[in-house]
Amino acid sequence: MSTTAASNRHPIRLTVNGEVHEREVEPRLLLSDFLRHDLRLTGTHVGCEHGVCGACTILLDGAAVRSCLMFAVQSHDHEIETVEGLGTAEALHPLQEAFRDTHALQCGFCTPGFLMSLVPFLAEHDDPSEEEIRHALGGNLCRCTGYQNIVEAVRLACRRQRQGDAHGLGEGAVPGEMS
Amino acid sequence: MKPAPFVYFAPQTVDEVMDLLRQYGDDAKVLAGGQSFIPTMSFRLAQPEVVIDLNGVEGLAGLREVDNGLHIGTMCRQRTVERSPLVARRAPLLAETMPSIAHPQIRNRGTFGGSLAHADPASELPAVVSVLNGRFRIRRQRGEDWVAADDFFISLFETAVGPEDLLLEVEIPDLAPGSGWAFQEFSRRQGDFALVGVAVVLELEGHVCRQARLALLSVGEGPVRAHLGEAALEGQPMGASLLQRVAEIVAHQDIDPPADIHASKDYRRHLAEVLTRRTLSQAVARAAAD
Ligand SMILES: Cc1cc2nc3c(=O)[nH]c(=O)nc-3n(C[C@H](O)[C@H](O)[C@H](O)COP(=O)(O)OP(=O)(O)OC[C@H]3O[C@@H](n4cnc5c(N)ncnc54)[C@H](O)[C@@H]3O)c2cc1C
Ligand code: FES
Ligand code: FES
Repeated sequence: MSTTAASNRHPIRLTVNGEVHEREVEPRLLLSDFLRHDLRLTGTHVGCEHGVCGACTILLDGAAVRSCLMFAVQSHDHEIETVEGLGTAEALHPLQEAFRDTHALQCGFCTPGFLMSLVPFLAEHDDPSEEEIRHALGGNLCRCTGYQNIVEAVRLACRRQRQGDAHGLGEGAVPGEMS
Repeated sequence: MKPAPFVYFAPQTVDEVMDLLRQYGDDAKVLAGGQSFIPTMSFRLAQPEVVIDLNGVEGLAGLREVDNGLHIGTMCRQRTVERSPLVARRAPLLAETMPSIAHPQIRNRGTFGGSLAHADPASELPAVVSVLNGRFRIRRQRGEDWVAADDFFISLFETAVGPEDLLLEVEIPDLAPGSGWAFQEFSRRQGDFALVGVAVVLELEGHVCRQARLALLSVGEGPVRAHLGEAALEGQPMGASLLQRVAEIVAHQDIDPPADIHASKDYRRHLAEVLTRRTLSQAVARAAAD
């Protein structure tokens, strides 16, 4: 069967980091490419493009998923959070602060994916064991750090969360709690 | 690494899906969680002309109790099955297996039925649903069928779901009283596809095995039932030396595992033997505690 490129575009309407976007997309456009190229949200990184590395992880209606394993057209009517929605340079998200404080990144390519995978984990875990933390990190690859300091960052973020101290908690968007 | 162009449909009812499948036949594929299908499209190993998205179809994602067990809708997310108290209570073997499938980010999107319809020989669910005596409800162009697990998995990536059919749901029957169960696998990293995995259900009467169901993954063209091992268990009193003998039968007679860059044939046999012995003793202990 044949369809012209022009007729093979679908209107979509979605919320990204609290902002509503309306676009027309070709069905084969991956959500990762839509975020990066159409919305210019280049914080979502693309490493392997087949689900293995986790660099492209975003939140879809509050749940961490691979944006390279979804088509943009499927995000119609859904809410998406990317790393850009987490915090700002002035007011980092507690996870970002913990990553900075423990040197949990070197080149930083993998970091957005780790952060987005960890947001729901932190919401559900107050005091995780090292094994739980390592399992939570299992779906994200880092070529630089050797993971040790990433585990450390999660521990620190959890400790600060337990203590509810002033390290930026409550600032920045808390995904899953947006209207 | 971009998928080839295709025409996209997002139907809302099963009837619409069936019409599209009839209309486009072999040129069309259904899209469930996309966690296996989209990578194969990105690699251009699959270039369907038409993609029928199941994510908006009503009535495919349920998870409910029936008289004799559970009915799990094909579009039920793997993460939902993993976290369901109902599954933990009525199908504990399934609950125990779910965390071994990929990573949370994949299970958030990947579906129960998608994994079974895909029938990757390295996937956990085909082996586990086989030992649980699961049944598959398939919608055909004419009517519907319930297919037993033994008849469902045909070969490499091939099941009783034909190109114009749709898997609707899976029935997981309750275990018989006095049953023990276990699942174990070995992979290099949590979340990677396993080098070998073993699922087992044993029905015991006192110390004697009335019925055994044993299946392995990653050792053949689909879930591999270990019929010789099962026969060696049935009618016998359970004891350490028997379990060891059965593990050897399974590893050396029931399976003929492949060699690849991840593991040699001998190493897979070794893993199969160790994992069979361990799952059998765990199942015996659980049956005794029941
Ligand atoms: C990095 C990574 C690691 C993984 N590790 C594992 C692992 O360790 N173990 C494991 O088991 N899986 C693993 N997977 C695969 C994952 O579990 C998939 O979710 C699953 O195999 C397919 O389910 P899906 O819902 O994503 O189906 P899709 O990818 O959408 O579909 C898979 C195939 O099934 C067909 N199909 C789907 N639903 C139906 C239906 N209702 N009727 C008829 N046909 C249908 C589709 O047409 C397609 O051909 C991994 C995936 C990735 C990306
Ligand atoms: S780019 Fe999506 S998982 Fe690697
Ligand atoms: S910091 Fe470089 S890949 Fe993780």
